[in-house]
Amino acid sequence: MSGIILPGADGVLYQRDRAWHPPADTPGYKSTTFRAPRHSLLALGPTKSELTGPTFGHEKLGPLDNDLIRNFSQDGTEAIGQRIIVYGQVLDENARPVPGTLVEFWQANAGGRYRHKKEGYRAALDPNFGGFGRAIADENGFYHFRTVKPGAYPWPNGGNDWRPAHIHFSVFGQAFAQRLITQMYFEGDPMIWQCPIVGTIPDRAAIDQLIARLDRHNTTPMDALAYRFDIVLRGFRSTMFENKLEGN
Amino acid sequence: MLHPTPTLKETPSQTGGPYVHIGMTPNFCGITGVIDADLGSTMINGDVEGERIVICARILDGAGVPLHDGVVEIWQADAKGSYVAPMRPGSNSMPAFTGWGRQPANAEGIVTFETIKPGRVEGPDGKLMAPHVSLWIVARGINIGLQTRLYFADEAEANKEDYVLNKIMDPRRRETLIARREGGPEPRYLLDIHLQGDKETVFFDI
Ligand SMILES: [Fe+3]
Repeated sequence: MSGIILPGADGVLYQRDRAWHPPADTPGYKSTTFRAPRHSLLALGPTKSELTGPTFGHEKLGPLDNDLIRNFSQDGTEAIGQRIIVYGQVLDENARPVPGTLVEFWQANAGGRYRHKKEGYRAALDPNFGGFGRAIADENGFYHFRTVKPGAYPWPNGGNDWRPAHIHFSVFGQAFAQRLITQMYFEGDPMIWQCPIVGTIPDRAAIDQLIARLDRHNTTPMDALAYRFDIVLRGFRSTMFENKLEGN
Repeated sequence: MLHPTPTLKETPSQTGGPYVHIGMTPNFCGITGVIDADLGSTMINGDVEGERIVICARILDGAGVPLHDGVVEIWQADAKGSYVAPMRPGSNSMPAFTGWGRQPANAEGIVTFETIKPGRVEGPDGKLMAPHVSLWIVARGINIGLQTRLYFADEAEANKEDYVLNKIMDPRRRETLIARREGGPEPRYLLDIHLQGDKETVFFDI
């Protein structure tokens, strides 16, 4: 049984389904107007340069790297807000786990305020919340972290646009062509469906893939609710190694 | 040849947003004390074979405004044309050369990487590709990371026969990927990346 994809294997990636992703130019999200390339992308079968990529080891990841409630604490006080655990499995398109991959995440605080000098929202900063963390997926592709649920926030786009509660994610995989940035939303949030950034994704089923499910089973009693968010990276069509394993 | 159909769909991309620096370069934007150093901020950690160079890429939007809120990652081979071993974040066991860098854009929209000139890597056709660096650009207003390459003006012969450059039919558009060299003790390679306009950079669907 071949359970993992091989870093830098001479496989060929499935072509990216560009209709499943947002197009570059999405007028409802105004920032794309001057930032979306006008030429169509040049199709390039991946070469060794895209089939390899940086990989990171576990050893020295700090013990609080995946605990946003404590990792920016100035005086030992925990961050303010509804405590949640976010976890999930990183898989490839063949539904195989992607072990050992680095996952980074960032978010606003419980009031919807980012710790950033350009942030213009009047909600208060929490002195003990930085809003950044990272984790490395285990041998089965599972990552987890603890944080507070981010608040919704207003942003300058239309006259009165608000972002639904969300957490930003960056995932590496094992090939530079798998590199992905996305956002996670929360099950049952009515704000999801009015958001121009969510609305850049044409297919409702694709949007649904970004909505984390409330998971009562993994909730920590008297402490934190759990949300599950699985992430799918591009997969390899086949590799020499797998063919051998399967006796071809 | 038969190819299996994937069973899952790739998670759709979303923009990194205006605060992408928080997640990718937290120390740069004042979130200090969580991690020692921003990941990818140094690519050279000791004695490394190869010519030391500086890469400066300036990113401009369709109105000519610098992309001051973007982040760029690069991935490249070492001087021998090999891609490197795994890295260990925050540890002392980083390879001497990581091959991977990540930098925030400054107010002028410029990202700067201190690295080495990459060697040539074998292409899918069995011939060596010209020395190049792969780039991935994310920012507010970019719904899915933009992938492109940087080639070197002083490698004209190699560039002429490069597998990827030759896929670009219009020779004028090939030029959008070629960084000009500025001499000095540590040569600098400068490339303007235009997201739109007459000089729009070639971006790839890889
Ligand atoms: Fe956000």
